[in-house]
Amino acid sequence: MAISSDMKQFKDKVAVVGVGNTCDGPLYRTKEPLRTSYGLGLEAFKNALEDSGLSKKDIDGLAICRIPSYVKMSTMLGLQFPNWLGVYEGSGRMAGAALQGAAMAIYSGMADYVAIIYGNDGRSVGATYGGEAKRALDSFNAPYGMTSPGASHALMWQRYMHEYNTSEETLGRVAISFRKYASLNSDAVMREPMTMEDYLNVRYIVYPLRRYDYCLINDGGCAMILTGAERAKDCKKPPVYIMGTAQRSELTEYYHNENYFWDSMEPVRDRVFDMAGVGSGDIDVLEIYDNFLTNIIFSLDGFGFTPKGEAGHWINEGHHELGGSLPINTHGAHSSCSYMQGHGHQIEAVRQARGECGPRQSPKHELVQYICSAPITTSHIFHT
Amino acid sequence: MTAKEYAKILPQPTPVDAPFWEAANKNELRLQRCFDCGHVWYPPSNGCSNCLSTDFTWEKMSGKGKIWSWVIFHKCYFPSFEADIPYNVISVKLEEGPLLTSNMVSCKNEDLICD
Repeated sequence: MAISSDMKQFKDKVAVVGVGNTCDGPLYRTKEPLRTSYGLGLEAFKNALEDSGLSKKDIDGLAICRIPSYVKMSTMLGLQFPNWLGVYEGSGRMAGAALQGAAMAIYSGMADYVAIIYGNDGRSVGATYGGEAKRALDSFNAPYGMTSPGASHALMWQRYMHEYNTSEETLGRVAISFRKYASLNSDAVMREPMTMEDYLNVRYIVYPLRRYDYCLINDGGCAMILTGAERAKDCKKPPVYIMGTAQRSELTEYYHNENYFWDSMEPVRDRVFDMAGVGSGDIDVLEIYDNFLTNIIFSLDGFGFTPKGEAGHWINEGHHELGGSLPINTHGAHSSCSYMQGHGHQIEAVRQARGECGPRQSPKHELVQYICSAPITTSHIFHT
Repeated sequence: MTAKEYAKILPQPTPVDAPFWEAANKNELRLQRCFDCGHVWYPPSNGCSNCLSTDFTWEKMSGKGKIWSWVIFHKCYFPSFEADIPYNVISVKLEEGPLLTSNMVSCKNEDLICD
């Protein structure tokens, strides 16, 4: 279905002018009572401001992500009078939605410079993303021992392997590649090389998924600053424009999905490419949300980079690797770099578009796409 | 075994889903079927997700379905399940439409297959 002319007009009207994050590798190796999601968000925000050349008083819009109290955060930052405020819960589906919210606030004129700030103290507080007290109240899953999004992805992967004759080693190729990118990223948490033997021998969490198929749980903060296209030209670095963006949810009480989230991915694919005026063959770099490595496979199929069921074969051919035809998750991803619930992927997409990623920079970086699958599927295409 | 002796997690019935659990106690699988459009849904809720009607019956299901997928838990998320590790969880596509989470109790984990 073609997008509306209103949506076409949104193309290239908003740009990312600043990105910042914490250095999560060293954070992983230390514990500190003073470390909170507030402090992590503050540090990332300071880095993003520095990156943009703006000063704090320029910021007149805020998107606060995962950090428990937006009131406490705004007070701490001394940004108590935003003209637009978005508050986003701490789930990965929200990163794309927060960027879209901020972009729409700017496009509408409600705010001129919006900061998206994310802070995550998950490792320090012992987050497990499964088995929480609230789950024990979930009468239709917990009595059967069912919990965690990882188990839902394990169900989907079991089914996908059954339907499409893919193998466990395929995910190993993905894990190894992400670890290789992380080894070139001084911010990354896990940088030691991984072999296929390492991958296959690591323990199962929920069979058929292994520990290395799961994202990390670590502390860190991310921030981005957006503004309108005209104002963006006055910032420190070349603006990175939002050439296309789209969202569609796929909401059920179960996290797993019989159609691998393709029912939301396909409309988002069509809308984001229609808005940008390009196709999957034009994309140079992909940053794909990897709560679990299975989402790389489902997203490649769903967004039309591969025919349905073929993503595994494409991965086995190595196209996603450093030096391949379509690098994926060049910062080392959630599984090896840092689990910042999509915010890190969005930042990496901007940096790749700018060409500032050093040893992990993709030589072709004109069009960089971010993809996050359901329950809220979002995608953006960035370019300078 | 009484509920007091059962050490693992028990459901916590609410007024809306109590009929489901009462039927389960009698070894019956009963789900809501919309009186107006015939839609069946799960988990239980206040109204029909197809037509929004709040007129429904608690119908006994055929008991037939296919295993859409299955997994084996190796990590212990619930302390009361520790003795069962590794345990299976299955996702069943009922003939009537809904997807249901459960465990396969009558076979070995390694004998499970997708239907």
